Amino acid sequence: MRRREFLTLSTASLGGVLLYSLDRKPFRLFAQTAQSIRIPLRFFTQPEALIVAAAASRIFPSDETGPGAQEAGVAIYIDRQLAGPWGRDRYRYTREPFEENAPAEFGYQGRATPRQVYREALKDLKGFDQLSSVEQDNKLRQIEGTPFFSLLRRNTVEGMFCDPIHGGNADMVGWQLIGYPGPRMSNYADVDKHFGEAFRPKPVSLREMPGGDKFRPGEDEE
Amino acid sequence: MKTLPAVDVVIAGGGWTGLLMAKELGSRTGLTVAVLERGRHRESADYPGTMDELDYAVRLHMMQDLSLETVTVRHDSTQRAFPMRQYGSFLPGSGVGGAGEHWNGISSRFLPDCFELLSRTVEKYGAQRLPADHAIQDWGVTYDQMEPYYTRAERMLGISGKAGNIGGKKIAGGNIFEGWRSSEYPTPPTRIPYFSTLFNNAAKELGYHPYPTPAANLSEPYTNPDGISRSACFYCGFCERFGCMVGAKAQPTNTLLPLIQERKNISIRSGASVRRVIHGDGGSGKRARGVTYIDEQGEEVFQPADLVFLASWTLNNTRLLLLSGIGEPYDPQSGTGTVGRNLTHQVAIGAATAFFEKPLNRFMGSGAAGVCVSDFDGDLFDHSGLPFLRGGTLLGMSMGYRPIANFGIVPQRVKAGWGSEWKKAALESYDRTGFIGFSGEHLAYKGNYMDLDPTYKDRFGDPLLRFTIDWRDNERKMAEFVTPKAVELARAMGAKDVNSFPGLKNYDANRYQFTHIQGGTIMGSSPERSVVNPYLQHWRVPNLFVLGASAFPQNPSAHPTLTILALTYRTADAIVDRYLKNPSALA
Repeated sequence: MRRREFLTLSTASLGGVLLYSLDRKPFRLFAQTAQSIRIPLRFFTQPEALIVAAAASRIFPSDETGPGAQEAGVAIYIDRQLAGPWGRDRYRYTREPFEENAPAEFGYQGRATPRQVYREALKDLKGFDQLSSVEQDNKLRQIEGTPFFSLLRRNTVEGMFCDPIHGGNADMVGWQLIGYPGPRMSNYADVDKHFGEAFRPKPVSLREMPGGDKFRPGEDEE
Repeated sequence: MKTLPAVDVVIAGGGWTGLLMAKELGSRTGLTVAVLERGRHRESADYPGTMDELDYAVRLHMMQDLSLETVTVRHDSTQRAFPMRQYGSFLPGSGVGGAGEHWNGISSRFLPDCFELLSRTVEKYGAQRLPADHAIQDWGVTYDQMEPYYTRAERMLGISGKAGNIGGKKIAGGNIFEGWRSSEYPTPPTRIPYFSTLFNNAAKELGYHPYPTPAANLSEPYTNPDGISRSACFYCGFCERFGCMVGAKAQPTNTLLPLIQERKNISIRSGASVRRVIHGDGGSGKRARGVTYIDEQGEEVFQPADLVFLASWTLNNTRLLLLSGIGEPYDPQSGTGTVGRNLTHQVAIGAATAFFEKPLNRFMGSGAAGVCVSDFDGDLFDHSGLPFLRGGTLLGMSMGYRPIANFGIVPQRVKAGWGSEWKKAALESYDRTGFIGFSGEHLAYKGNYMDLDPTYKDRFGDPLLRFTIDWRDNERKMAEFVTPKAVELARAMGAKDVNSFPGLKNYDANRYQFTHIQGGTIMGSSPERSVVNPYLQHWRVPNLFVLGASAFPQNPSAHPTLTILALTYRTADAIVDRYLKNPSALA
């Protein structure tokens, strides 16, 4: 069995924000405690998780336009996805022969699973989380064309905007940022109103829906 | 191999066509019917709690498990094919209800001349206007023959829409270009959200004839002729790739399954993967004797039956005939054989991506809530001076947009794809972006076909189905023609930035472009050029019927489900009224 690995995050950067942007003007609220929380990792080692968290934060930064990958917990989302069936290509056709250099219009044809793509690429990014943000951006620009980067970019957007049931979009911070209300059952009374004006119902997550405590995210399935 | 007790009817596939045929035969006759569905059992009560974009729209939990079986794709017969290792250009369903569970519900009829495409086009433009390697054909059925079955399918689904032609009388506000219909739609049009309203107004301003998209997502509560009641749509925006939480979207599980479950003579076996149709020479020519399948426990069983239906979607209908050795496989070089010919997809493009000043609240919507413009459909405009034949419909839909799929779409002037500059632009654009789509006809060509792949296998060791498919100039020129029309519409809607479709190059198996795959077991009026007759009955094996879009000789621009259901009703009538009294060739 592998050694338990944890990602340590300050509550100021995760879970310490709660904001609603009814008029698309997001703002950040920092928790006043200096506590930190330790989140058990399912796939990454702690050094790997720190690299992924840092890289995701350059793709979707926390800046003057609002919170980003750090507050949403994108690294935790990616860790869970890689640990689950998607990470090991449970649903992909993986029979031989593979043709790594197939034209792009036939989709990804490689042999490596998402887990393998991450693990290999992270070897070459040792110390990435210690670099300055300018150096980090330069490093990412060098690998922009790789399958790893496009996977990381895609996973970062997923981790920003997935239902919080999957470990990302903590406190629905991503949804608040864009004014998305989540799985809202009925828009019957509003669908042909509010023309030209932002209509921003308070977001709800799957957990808050009737029977929500029973919903199981796909990454927890075998 | 275990042999089960014989049934009267065995149906491979438990989606729209399989369950409709089961319900029709099982309730109108006393025949015993077994439906074999390789996916899992599903009921509409399963859907609350599945409003999860990640698991359902991104990880595609309702689709076929590609690790078990996929297709391979290549552009022409000189190339090697690559397996579709993860989903790309289309999304076939699995489980009871099939793709009918996770469709959007857009339900237009085909234009009347689509059914006689070859003869009408030659009549108007001459044979020399047809593309050199075309394989287009007439269907062997006419719109006038189809009309009553269209009406029946619309009433079963409860389609919400506005008629544009009742008995030849044009009605403003409906699609005035549609074929005549015998009556108004069962329910009024759905509500029209903001983006689609802008589209509607702009289309009118430009002199087009916009109309509300016919929807299988109910505008009001409705009880169909079978006594099935469904509630009105809540516009939650979770249609495509999802099962409907409230049953407002017509799905096999909420429209057919409750009727089937009442009947003791119909059974549905899930987890049953049909591998072969067993056939042999009887006293009076070829007959299907039943099917073999792998059951839920992994055991191979033989299910004998008097009547065999393939209702397992275009891919598997074609593959089962090829694997079973029924009929001659199509050979593109010699032009002989019929099984696998006339593979078509659809010219499905995001013609214009429009960026507005004002927010659109586009999380609200429904799979078929929106507005269509069909002024450039079919042969409704003169093609004499144009470098292509036929056309399609422009769509200003409000399907309900979810953030993972739609965040990050920015105007072309924004060069960054990540980082602060991109994030800022993407946040500004997020709820201010709308898509003008186009759904155009894909003609059939001699070089676009399906056969068995020589290299790649499924979980049982059977060869995968291989697509040989590419666009021709007709599709490319059609896309080029319609893109500026969509951009003009976007500008008239008030868009400040517009990204236009870059053009069709080679067939891109990695870009989603509607789940409308047709051909392979096409219908027609001659056994030399088609696999089934106009009643979807196999030309050489009269107790074998092949249902679904695999019967379409080519792709018309409108979406296929309604026509598939209409054709299934027509076959059911022919079987009940004629075949059962005299089991022989219906045509």
